[in-house]
Amino acid sequence: MNLKRTNPTLYFLQRTGFYLLVAIITIYLMVPFLWAVLTSFRKSGDLFLQPLQFVFAPSTLNNYRDVFANENFINGLGYSLLVAVGAVAISLLFGSFAAYALGRFRFRGKSMIMYIILAVSVFPQIAVLGGLFTLIRNFNMYNNPIALVFSYLIFTIPFTVWVLTSFVRDIPGELEEAALVDGASPLRTLFSVLFPVMMPALVTTGLLAFINAWNEYLFALTFMGTRRTVPVVIANYSGATQFDQPWGQIMAASIVVTVPLIILVLVFQRNIVSGLTAGAVKG
Amino acid sequence: MTTNATPEIAAPIRRRGIEAARAQQALWLLLPTLIAIALVAGYPLYRTIFFSLFDANLTTPDQRTFLGIGNFWFTTAEGVQLGFLQDPKWWEAVKNTMLFTVVSVFLETVFGMIIALVVNTAFPGRAFLRTAMLVPWAIPTVVSAQMWGYMYNDSFGLIGRGLLGGQALLANTDSAIWALIAVDVWKTTSFMALLILAGLQSLPTDMYEAADMDGATKWTQFWRMTLPLLRPALLVALVFRSLDALRVFDVMYVMLGPVNAGSTSMTGYARLQLIDNSLLGVGSAVSVAIFVIIMVIVVMYVTAFRVKFD
Repeated sequence: MNLKRTNPTLYFLQRTGFYLLVAIITIYLMVPFLWAVLTSFRKSGDLFLQPLQFVFAPSTLNNYRDVFANENFINGLGYSLLVAVGAVAISLLFGSFAAYALGRFRFRGKSMIMYIILAVSVFPQIAVLGGLFTLIRNFNMYNNPIALVFSYLIFTIPFTVWVLTSFVRDIPGELEEAALVDGASPLRTLFSVLFPVMMPALVTTGLLAFINAWNEYLFALTFMGTRRTVPVVIANYSGATQFDQPWGQIMAASIVVTVPLIILVLVFQRNIVSGLTAGAVKG
Repeated sequence: MTTNATPEIAAPIRRRGIEAARAQQALWLLLPTLIAIALVAGYPLYRTIFFSLFDANLTTPDQRTFLGIGNFWFTTAEGVQLGFLQDPKWWEAVKNTMLFTVVSVFLETVFGMIIALVVNTAFPGRAFLRTAMLVPWAIPTVVSAQMWGYMYNDSFGLIGRGLLGGQALLANTDSAIWALIAVDVWKTTSFMALLILAGLQSLPTDMYEAADMDGATKWTQFWRMTLPLLRPALLVALVFRSLDALRVFDVMYVMLGPVNAGSTSMTGYARLQLIDNSLLGVGSAVSVAIFVIIMVIVVMYVTAFRVKFD
C-alpha cells in the first residue's frame, strides 16, 4: 500500500505486471472456446482464410440450421437428457438415504462402507467394461438407454453419497433430535426435516452428477449401437464424405451442448464450488 | 437394595436398545446404495476378473477355455508371445499414460496455483475471472477434444497452421502425446485452481498481517506459510487428479482414433483389445491390470496419509 507513495515507478510496474498476468490467464482460458464459437458462425468455405480475415468474415447461421436438421444430433440430445436425468434421479434418492445413515447414525462397519464407496468412486470404468458388456448382452439390453442409466450409477452413486454425507454432517443435530423426540420415523425425519434443509446440497450434487453423466463417453460409446448420446454423436460427426470434416457444424454442435452446461454452471456458481470442495478437499 | 439397583442397570440397556435400533435403521437406509454398488461395480468386476483367466471371444463368451495367466503371459512352443504383458504396444501405452499423468498433473498444479493466487487477491474484474475459470471445466471432454483437434488441424487450425505452419501434430504419437497434455492442462487447470482457491480462502489473514509487520516478502510468505499450510488440501487434489489422469481415455480416443489411442492410453489399449478386437479374455486381463495399478495407488495414499472418514 505504501509503495504507491514511496516508489511510484515500482508500484506502477507491479500493477502492470499483475494485470498482464490477469490478461494472459483470461486469454488462455477463453480463447479456445471463443474460437470454437467464432468458427460455428463461419461458412465452411471461409475456414481456409488467414486468422485475421477469418475473424472479420461474414457470419452465417447455416451450421446451426444443419445441426438442428441432423436427426442423430437431435436424438442424441434426447438420449443424453434421458440417461443423465435417470441416473441423477436414482443416485439422489439412494444417495440421500445413504448419506443420512453415514452422516447421522453410529453403527459398526461404517468406516468400512465409507472405504468401499471411496474405492468405487475411483474405480476405473474400464475395469467393469467387459463384465458389464457381457451382462448387458445377456439381458438383451444392448442399445437400450436403461442399460446406460444403470451403468452410470457406478460413478454417480459414490459421488452423490460422498458429497451429500459431508453436507449432512454439517446440518445441526437439534433439528433431527426434535423430530426423533416427537416420535418421527427415520424416513419421515429424512423427508420432512432434512430434505428441506438439504435442498441446496441436493441441487448442487445433482447438477455435478448430471454434468458427469451428460459428458460420459466410454460407456455410451460401448453400450449403445445406434442410439448415441451427444458426446458420441459429436465425436463421430462426419460430413458428406469421409475426408471432409465439417468443422463449422462440429463446432456448432459443440456449442449447442456446452452452452446449457455453462449457463447452469454460472447460475449455480457458488453451490458448485462448495460441492466440488466438499467432494474433494474434505475427503 | 435390589430394587434400588434396577434403574441404574436398566438405563444403559435401554440406550443400547436405541443404538441397536438406529444401527439397524442405518443398514436399511444404506441397502439400496449397497445393492446398486454390488450390481453395477462388484459383480461386473468379478466377471472381468473371471474372464481374464479364460480364452474367450466377446461375441461368444460362453465358449471359453481356461488359460490361467495365459492372457497376461504366454509363449507358444513356436515362440509366439501371446500375453499382453509381452506386447510392446501395451508398454508404450503405459509409458505414454505415465508421461501424460506426471506432466499434466504437474502443470495443472503449477498453473492452478498461479491462477488461484491471482484470483485470491482483490482487484477489479476478479468476479469475471472467477467465472471465466469455470468455462473450460464445464465443457464436455469430447467437445474440448474436438475443439483442440480443430485448432491442431494442419490446414485450418489456429495452432496447426497458424503457429506451426502446417504441421500435423497428431499424426505421430510422439508429438501427439504433448498435444494431448496441452488439451488436458487447459481443461483441468481451472478445476485445480478452484480447489486450491478454496484452500487459500480458509487460511487465516491475520497471519499474513503479522508477516507483513515483520517485513517478510510475499515470496517468503508463499514458500514459508502458504505452501506448507496448503499441503493437505493440495495432496488430496493431486491424488484425485492423478487417478483421473491415469484413467484417461476420451481425449486419446477422439483425437487419435481407436488404434493410436491403444498405444497412448492404458484404457485405450484395453478397449481396443476388448471391443475392437473382440478379445474378451485379453481385454479383461488388461482391465484387471489397470484396476490393480489404480487400487495400489489408492491404498498407498490412504495408508500413507492416514485418511480418516470420521
